Amino acid sequence: MSHTHIDENTLSGKVEKLTSQSALDCYQCGKCSAGCPIRDYMDDSPNQVVRYVQLGFDEKALHSKTMWLCAGCLTCTTRCPQNFDLAKFMDAMREIAIQEKVKIPEKDTAAFHKSFLNQIKKHGRAFEFGLVREYKLRTMNLMQDVDVAPEMFIKGKIGLLPHEIEDKQNIKEIFDKID
Amino acid sequence: MKVGYYPGCSLTGTGKEYDMSLRKVVSVLETELQEIKDWNCCGATSAHATSHLLAVALPARNLLLAKKQNLNEIVAPCAACYNRMVVSAHELETHPELEKQVTELLGESAKSNAEVINIIDFFRKIGKEKITANVKKEMKGIKAACYYGCLLVRPFDITQFDDAEQPTSMEEIIKATGAETVDWNFKTECCGGAHSIAHMEIVVDLSKKIIDNAKLHGADVIVVACPMCHSNLDMRQRAIKKEFPQHEEMPILYLSEFLGLAFGLKAKDLGLNLHMIDTKSLLEKAVAKG
Repeated sequence: MSHTHIDENTLSGKVEKLTSQSALDCYQCGKCSAGCPIRDYMDDSPNQVVRYVQLGFDEKALHSKTMWLCAGCLTCTTRCPQNFDLAKFMDAMREIAIQEKVKIPEKDTAAFHKSFLNQIKKHGRAFEFGLVREYKLRTMNLMQDVDVAPEMFIKGKIGLLPHEIEDKQNIKEIFDKID
Repeated sequence: MKVGYYPGCSLTGTGKEYDMSLRKVVSVLETELQEIKDWNCCGATSAHATSHLLAVALPARNLLLAKKQNLNEIVAPCAACYNRMVVSAHELETHPELEKQVTELLGESAKSNAEVINIIDFFRKIGKEKITANVKKEMKGIKAACYYGCLLVRPFDITQFDDAEQPTSMEEIIKATGAETVDWNFKTECCGGAHSIAHMEIVVDLSKKIIDNAKLHGADVIVVACPMCHSNLDMRQRAIKKEFPQHEEMPILYLSEFLGLAFGLKAKDLGLNLHMIDTKSLLEKAVAKG
């Protein structure tokens, strides 16, 4: 349900504008958190983050690790008795945190997304070698995956050169306009 | 039958055996795939995790290209690409303001009547009878755990999958080969998806639970329909073994590889040699029909 008045100075209003749903629709039953496969790794449970937004604890909500650890599996969205799309809410929370330049508590995950999108912007398609190279440099996790990487190269599953699309300019324009 | 084809990035890289096996199987089933020309990445998790507009715009460009090529039906075998494509089409249909923004980005409207289908829909349309008619191997002794994961099934409102928690549509395809399927609990549990690089410990934990549950219910193989699921369950079994040395290997096959095996196609042509976990135990069970 969408509420008529949206105050875009509040986090609650910003989320509502991005998702076309009000955080107040959630009645805190906790079914989402009970079925969340990643809950054990999060600081706040998913419904707690919604609660922060409902109560106006914007800073607390924006600094939570939870939305960065959400895998986007949509289990919560499927099971919510209120039809509240929690995965969409988490997407919006990340987007707002980036826009407002919040210090992201999950640096590696943010670095992964950034590296992934940069490959698309450059080549039009995901380029796994480029992604891993950029991610390693951003995070300095240089030794990660040294056990499987050589075999992936030998089997041709990771190429050294990107697959480039013809109209790369078109993709770059899309990215630039959105940035 | 001619169908538009959106392979997606994984099928040209880490999941290239999915593309190889699908093309082989499709030719046995006398179907033709028409690849969308100059397709781009759907943006995957990283786009929707950071920008809603980008997450809708990237798949919309592919929908627009498909429209220009008069493709009325598009199969996206990667569950993640399929998900982004149907969600994008749905957003364009239901949010006029967003649709306007995307049109400005692309130069023209990407709204179309094309149907985006997943790999299960694709084989269902071809028909179980046609699959059964092409089986060359004795698959009866093989017990498969059908793993759907997240993005094939959800969001349920948009995918309209056969069931949100306990789907059975993949089982029907597997059974058409004569193989058996097991009832198990982790059909639609998450493998950790895109966390494979930044949070491998999550993927190891979740993937181990999935494999263990399949094993508990007597499965010889887990059949998947997503290159991310495959990479987490297959490649990350190396990391699982490192942490749990007693872990027994479980072969992970793409649905198209499994069908190809039943059709008597060569393991190498299906890309089974590209897996990190050996598939020999399974190959030995599938013998030529007497």
